[in-house]
Amino acid sequence: MTDLASTRPESFFSDRFNITAGLMERVLGGNLVGKVDDADIYLEYRINEELLLEEGTVKKASRHVSQGAGVRAQSGTRTGYAHTDEISIKNLDEAARQARAIADRSSTSGVVALASRGRPHDLYSLAEPPIAADLARKLDLLKRIDAETRAADPRIKQVIASIASEEVVMLIATASGWTVGDIRPLTRLNVTAIAEDGARREIGSYGGGGRVTFDFFLEEGRWRRFAGEAARQAVLKLRAVDAPAGTMTVVLGPGWPGILLHEAIGHGLEGDFNRKGTSAFSGRLGQRVASELVTVVDDGTIPNRRGSLNVDDEGTPTGRTVLIENGILTGYMQDRLNARLMGMKPTGNGRRESYAHAPMPRMTNTFMLAGPDDPADILRSVKNGLYAVTFGGGQVDITNGKYVFSASEAYLIEDGRVTAPVKGATLIGNGPDALTHVSRVGRDLQLDEGVGTCGKDGQSVPVGVGLPTIRVDGMTVGGTAV
Amino acid sequence: MNEDLLVDVLARAVQRGATAADGFLVEERRFATSVRMGEIETLHHSSEQRLSLRVFAGRASAAASTSDLSRESLDRVVDEATALAKITAEDPHAGLPEPGALIARVPDLDLEDAAADIAPEEKIEIARRAETAARETDPRITNSEGAEYSDRRARYAYATSHGFVKSYATTGYSIAVSPIASHDGEMQRDYWYSTARKRARLEDPVAVGRTAAARALRRLGARKMKTVEVPVIFDPETAASLVRAIAGAASGPSLYRRASFLLDRRGTKIASPSVTIIDDALVPAGLGSRPFDGEGLETGRTVLVGEGVLESYLLDTYSARKLGLTSTHHAARDGSGVSVSTTNLMLLPGKAAPKDLIGSVKNGFYVTELIGFGVNGVTGDYSRGAAGQWIENGELAYPVEEVTVAGNLLEMLSAIDGVGDDLVLRDRTVAPTVRISRMVVAGT
Repeated sequence: MTDLASTRPESFFSDRFNITAGLMERVLGGNLVGKVDDADIYLEYRINEELLLEEGTVKKASRHVSQGAGVRAQSGTRTGYAHTDEISIKNLDEAARQARAIADRSSTSGVVALASRGRPHDLYSLAEPPIAADLARKLDLLKRIDAETRAADPRIKQVIASIASEEVVMLIATASGWTVGDIRPLTRLNVTAIAEDGARREIGSYGGGGRVTFDFFLEEGRWRRFAGEAARQAVLKLRAVDAPAGTMTVVLGPGWPGILLHEAIGHGLEGDFNRKGTSAFSGRLGQRVASELVTVVDDGTIPNRRGSLNVDDEGTPTGRTVLIENGILTGYMQDRLNARLMGMKPTGNGRRESYAHAPMPRMTNTFMLAGPDDPADILRSVKNGLYAVTFGGGQVDITNGKYVFSASEAYLIEDGRVTAPVKGATLIGNGPDALTHVSRVGRDLQLDEGVGTCGKDGQSVPVGVGLPTIRVDGMTVGGTAV
Repeated sequence: MNEDLLVDVLARAVQRGATAADGFLVEERRFATSVRMGEIETLHHSSEQRLSLRVFAGRASAAASTSDLSRESLDRVVDEATALAKITAEDPHAGLPEPGALIARVPDLDLEDAAADIAPEEKIEIARRAETAARETDPRITNSEGAEYSDRRARYAYATSHGFVKSYATTGYSIAVSPIASHDGEMQRDYWYSTARKRARLEDPVAVGRTAAARALRRLGARKMKTVEVPVIFDPETAASLVRAIAGAASGPSLYRRASFLLDRRGTKIASPSVTIIDDALVPAGLGSRPFDGEGLETGRTVLVGEGVLESYLLDTYSARKLGLTSTHHAARDGSGVSVSTTNLMLLPGKAAPKDLIGSVKNGFYVTELIGFGVNGVTGDYSRGAAGQWIENGELAYPVEEVTVAGNLLEMLSAIDGVGDDLVLRDRTVAPTVRISRMVVAGT
């Protein structure tokens, strides 16, 4: 249904809107170059499609197109931003004039941003983008998932399954004459099961995806695994006991529990908070912030991952930034503005939700490197504690460092053995010291299945996380069993 | 507003084989500016329009939306939506409301500010005054995430392929301030805000700034607590989040999917008799007010919970038909079609002064902030990160952080043994101070 992938970003925007790189440069040159420290024009065209199955049939299907242009001007610490959803030279000129108003109110700093002329990666060229895959095949898969999930257990009473696909074409032109584009496919399959036993009712959810073809779901039995996991979790929770309350040893399973890193330290290492001195990690570069077993990286260059990008939303190629190396804080994640103001290099972490938003430093795929330990040994090493393997969402207060994340599948550990499943509990801690209590790191690093979405200042972007099995000594578990 | 465009799109859908269609058109202009440490940080101008469309092929349906309102793009969207509707399954409950049920006359709810716009410099000055007031409150306010002023002017039109077209316009204004207090190496951020349909009704930016500063300052010196089961008082901001959770569980889509702890509980007691929750779409100049819902149905006042009894669910046409009920006119339009949303949702005030509620607690927790997503709408299980003040002998004694409060929403609602008299309609969802007799506060 779409011809997007067959084209390049430059020709896409010139064919559809008559906007060429030359015209974008002319808008920048006429309005902004020489008057501000940095400026860019960002064009975006996005198609989303969602198919939703409930009660055994696909009754909801939707398709959305959004397009627009954002023009940004920066002067010192100031940003002027204007966006429009009608892509035309007249509107770009008007937006550039509005954005420039920021500069008219003060003199510029005189430090002109350098162009990031690195080569874009090629991380997700696909034979067929997921949005172009045949609708009949998607419908058929959803029906098979419904049957598979229901067959897993007679107590499964409801199945909701969805396939969401997206394709974004972006083109950015910067004041220093550098134009770069990207075409970004993305898809996600989600399965939710509701199990009932008498009056008790529970929910289980599982899913995955990435910058991959639709066939990804059919390969390696993925869709069956997602369906089975959703059913297993819902049924398991029917017999879950109340979660404990208080401080205890917690073992986090591999993969998605990496959300701990995202909340506890990731946000606190974004350049904007550190430039402003509002992060609990401000001014701590070079200091110990984790046990020496801990090395954490943010890597936007892993092929086909949900959090990966060929270039960020300011045109900087993504990279691999070591945030914590053997426990020492080594780096921040930067966009162009904060890198310039802090005298650092942009790291390819300047991201935005859409053309309607100015970029800011954001994570890509954030994970901890594997350690030496056998995961089974880690569990055996705990006398009494909590083993948490699946999580819902998390949140952090950047300034005081307090973070929470909610376990959706967790078990008691008693005498080194994993025993009863417990109801959802919130884990809470303090970012700057959370990782100082990591006492064991497993050799089983896993990245998550490709479901993460991160929100900051009202902007949502797809991200990834990863973790090996780790043991954390002394985390507060917010249950009800005192 | 170009309502003809919407009518044309629906006509085209019918031409292309749709048996019925409806659509929503939104046009908006927004301006936002932020000031940080006395300097302008951002200026953001925008203009947007979005047309969303729902088409039916008999009892099958599909949704589509676009921000590209060119003829060519609209034609493509209509074609794609109509094609999608043909591949989705028949659903006996799908369809538009009966044409006779649609609103006949759109009431004037005073949602649009008639005052002339002001210059960007004046808007920047509003933000600057709010931030300056926060920073000058106390020398311990050492840093700031800034202050923001924003305004928005929008127009909404709804039409059906049966020839119905109605529209209304709104304005909205807000100020928010986020100062940082620090002392002895500890940093604490908090915020305060004011939001209104009319610029003149915004609170004084100086007052907003001072409140924000006071909220950040009172968090300094925060302690962790030992795990304990005590009375817990939610301040109006955090109590409002409990009301939102109840409304989510009472919404039609959660119910017909059997994913709600309020399933099969309509007409039964779910809370203490001091709890009455209403949703009133017709509050003049109300932040959540709307004259008709996302399906063109007249809005009104719904008693969700009356003296502890769950009186009504919140339904659109589809979820109502699924449940064998009638719509409560709570349809909302979003990108993927029709959903359910509240309007002005409020827990009605009781008679207790907040200081008397606090005064009634010998040893307990006064919650002023909740973080995280630990609310399970299917079971009502509740566990969230919290910060606030510890209550000793009826007085706020010292700040507390890095704890959780946990329970089950149904048990919590039944355990409400005090409702404050301090309800203020300052947001779309509001509550007075609420006291819950016992909850587990988990800490060290």
